[in-house]
Amino acid sequence: MLIRQPDDILPSEITPPEIYRERRLFMQGMGALAAGAALGAAPEADAGTRLADVRASAIKLDEKRTPYKDVTTYNNFYEFGTGKGDPAENAGSLKTRPWSVAVEGEVRNPRIYDIDTLLKLAPLEERVYRMRCVEGWSMVIPWVGFPLREIIRRAEPTGNAKYVEFVTLNDPRQMPGQRSRVLDWPYVEGLRLDEAMHPLTLLAVGLYGEVLPNQNGAPIRLVVPWKYGFKSAKSIVKIRFVEKPPLTAWMVAAPKEYGFYSNVNPQVDHPRWSQAKERRIGEFFKRDTLMFNGYGAQVAQLYRGMDLQKFF
Amino acid sequence: MPVPLRRPKVWIALVCLLPLMRLIFLGIGGGLGANPIEFITHSTGTWTLVGLLVTLSVTPLRQLTGRADLIRYRRMLGLFTFFYACLHFVTYIWLDQFFDPAAIAKDIVKRPFITVGFTAFLLLIPLAVTSTHAMMRRLGRRWQQLHRLIYLIALLGVIHYLWLVKKDLTEPLIYGAVLTLLLVVRLPWGVTLMKMGRSRFVPASAGGRQGGERSAGRAQ
Repeated sequence: MLIRQPDDILPSEITPPEIYRERRLFMQGMGALAAGAALGAAPEADAGTRLADVRASAIKLDEKRTPYKDVTTYNNFYEFGTGKGDPAENAGSLKTRPWSVAVEGEVRNPRIYDIDTLLKLAPLEERVYRMRCVEGWSMVIPWVGFPLREIIRRAEPTGNAKYVEFVTLNDPRQMPGQRSRVLDWPYVEGLRLDEAMHPLTLLAVGLYGEVLPNQNGAPIRLVVPWKYGFKSAKSIVKIRFVEKPPLTAWMVAAPKEYGFYSNVNPQVDHPRWSQAKERRIGEFFKRDTLMFNGYGAQVAQLYRGMDLQKFF
Repeated sequence: MPVPLRRPKVWIALVCLLPLMRLIFLGIGGGLGANPIEFITHSTGTWTLVGLLVTLSVTPLRQLTGRADLIRYRRMLGLFTFFYACLHFVTYIWLDQFFDPAAIAKDIVKRPFITVGFTAFLLLIPLAVTSTHAMMRRLGRRWQQLHRLIYLIALLGVIHYLWLVKKDLTEPLIYGAVLTLLLVVRLPWGVTLMKMGRSRFVPASAGGRQGGERSAGRAQ
């Protein structure tokens, strides 16, 4: 596959090498500290633990990052309640170890990954992405993770694999929100295979250089920055390659309001509210929502010739 | 106790101001969360709905308790409801849309939940304007007819809430259930039931003394 260099990254946005190296030294130091802690059998899986050996990515963003506190206390994760403060309040009951992720379906190499194996599958890098919620608010979040394609490549999809389905953990004892029938559990999301293979599509395991907090989808979650936030499935236990488009949780819940693609698109309104503008958390004035959340240069070609009013 | 503090109206007014005080204190202390404008919008909207339901519960409460004098507090409750509706509306116009007339007009026409909420707000205005004693006297029987709009306004308020939530309908349905109850007890057999309830639970003498002659008057 031909990967075009995205053309909206200014040289000024790339970290100067001396700072980069300094950061690496710091990370190595922290890594050594973390290794020391690991010898003392301290769990490395806890939120807030610094992730070792995180590379600075070339994909950056010249926009102010949303404070850690806001990213971790204001979000949607219906498995822990429908209020935006609920995940931070209730996600403590989620156990992220032991954890495994099954990669299955139309692949030559199906495999069940232990989460700690998965964390070492590919180099971790920091990606600062915009996050646009379908409700009309947005954030700028420095994720840590690796491209989903690293897993796809190893799984070797067969010719029948046209779509990828992501399934979130289904365990009402750990996820109290699942005791309510607000959605059809487990939470299911999906991407077309080429969307899943896109270099921007990330499997995130961290936030602000640290282990992902439970409420943000620990231990591993998807991040698809040009789609509305709900497409980025959290606390994933299964990645399944299929031939037909998966029926996602929100398509089941409200088929007229949520389509399979759910690309950020200021021209296609939600049936009940406008998507033309968004409130960036921390800002007073609303800002215009950008086509594909500002990632059009990288992803627009995926949808060439498609009527995006129809395939919303 | 100083004289003003002996008046129930002063206490009720202070209680009615608590939601606003809470918002102000949270605002000063940075406690409105990551999305303060959304917080203020939801909070003022919630208290408008609560105000509507509390105002609508005055009449059933009078029938249930036999305390006809409760009517004296209804106007103030209604006006506080209007006050929170104004705050809710101003939050939307100012903080949320920042006086963008095109966006607001489009919202009102295109978004059913905004259309319904805006209509409810407009309908509240004549009720607030005609809430004075002078207006009651001037309008006579038509005053009561006009103020029956409150039933429609409360219904629109609940629909406004029901249509704006993304998925979890629990809370709007609770408001809907309370409103349904408050409307049902106004039906003839509802009123009979309430009166039966009163004779059951309230000593006959107390019920008779408070309710009897006075509720036979125009306050009914």
